[in-house]
Amino acid sequence: MSIFDYFRTAKKDTASIAKERLQIIVAHERNQRNKPDYLPKLQQELLEVIRKYVDVDQDQVEVQLDNNGNCSVLELNITLPERA
Amino acid sequence: MAKIIVVTSGKGGVGKTTTSAAISSGIAMRGHKTVVIDFDIGLRNLDIIMNCERRVVYDFVNVINGEANLRQALIKDKRAENLYILPASQTRDKDALTVEGVERILNELAADGFEYIICDSPAGIEHGAFMAMYFADLAIVVANPEVSSVRDSDRILGILQSKSRRAEKGERVEECLLLTRYNPERVAKGEMLGVTDVEEILATKLLGVIPESETVLKASNQGIPVIHDTESPAGQAYSDAVSRLLGEEVEHRFMSVEQKGLFQRLFRRSA
Repeated sequence: MSIFDYFRTAKKDTASIAKERLQIIVAHERNQRNKPDYLPKLQQELLEVIRKYVDVDQDQVEVQLDNNGNCSVLELNITLPERA
Repeated sequence: MAKIIVVTSGKGGVGKTTTSAAISSGIAMRGHKTVVIDFDIGLRNLDIIMNCERRVVYDFVNVINGEANLRQALIKDKRAENLYILPASQTRDKDALTVEGVERILNELAADGFEYIICDSPAGIEHGAFMAMYFADLAIVVANPEVSSVRDSDRILGILQSKSRRAEKGERVEECLLLTRYNPERVAKGEMLGVTDVEEILATKLLGVIPESETVLKASNQGIPVIHDTESPAGQAYSDAVSRLLGEEVEHRFMSVEQKGLFQRLFRRSA
């Protein structure tokens, strides 16, 4: 056994890395899953309306739905461009 | 009333068809009239796993389209007394299955006295997989202890709880996890996700652990569902899983490294 093997055993085993990565991605995807299907379309249509008046980019509009017990909050965040 | 069980996974190649063949054979051998349906339209394989590929005359799609009746399409298994196989069609029309058509066939099977209807799902989350799970009372989610399979299983669990008929009616599909190709030695070495890890991530009740075994390939080579190999750990593990499905309490086996005896160490058998 070389001295390098000693260091190797100190490294985290690959199964724990797999578990950690899975826990993160699964939690993230479960969060996405609970969102209603109409959300992307709603965001698109809102953007179109806003664009009639202000010139904003797709990524400047953020639509988020949060559930707090029995009430849901639809949050809309628009970053307006700086005035020229 | 018939119990409809879907064998699903999302990811391909994890052992859905092997599991469908083993579980349906096991349930039938305990005396329940059982049918196993291949939902993989265009890529049927349950027939070859169950060694009835040369006896296929009519298929699932023929029955849905009224080109044959159930009696003509059902293939009686040569090993298990109460088991029938409904093969998938090799058509490339993937929309050949309709909700109404599938429902009618399931109702006919139930009226015919079938107690268990096992639906072997295709991989993916497309139409065929959706049809296989839509009417399920219970879902067996087959997973390998590997990241892509576990992630896909979680996705399938989400779809079951939102898109199935039970979900639409505000009820729950009963779910259980079957971990296949499990290698306790590699788990002990920290090279493979363990049962508890997967259970914890998916938060789903464990139906069983099927150890990785050479006998699974040997069984499929011959077209004999592995549950008939009562000597093999995989066969025994499937048999335990069947007992649990039928409501028996059976302790989990094959989850830890077997302590090899002196004789086994000296004379390594190639079983």
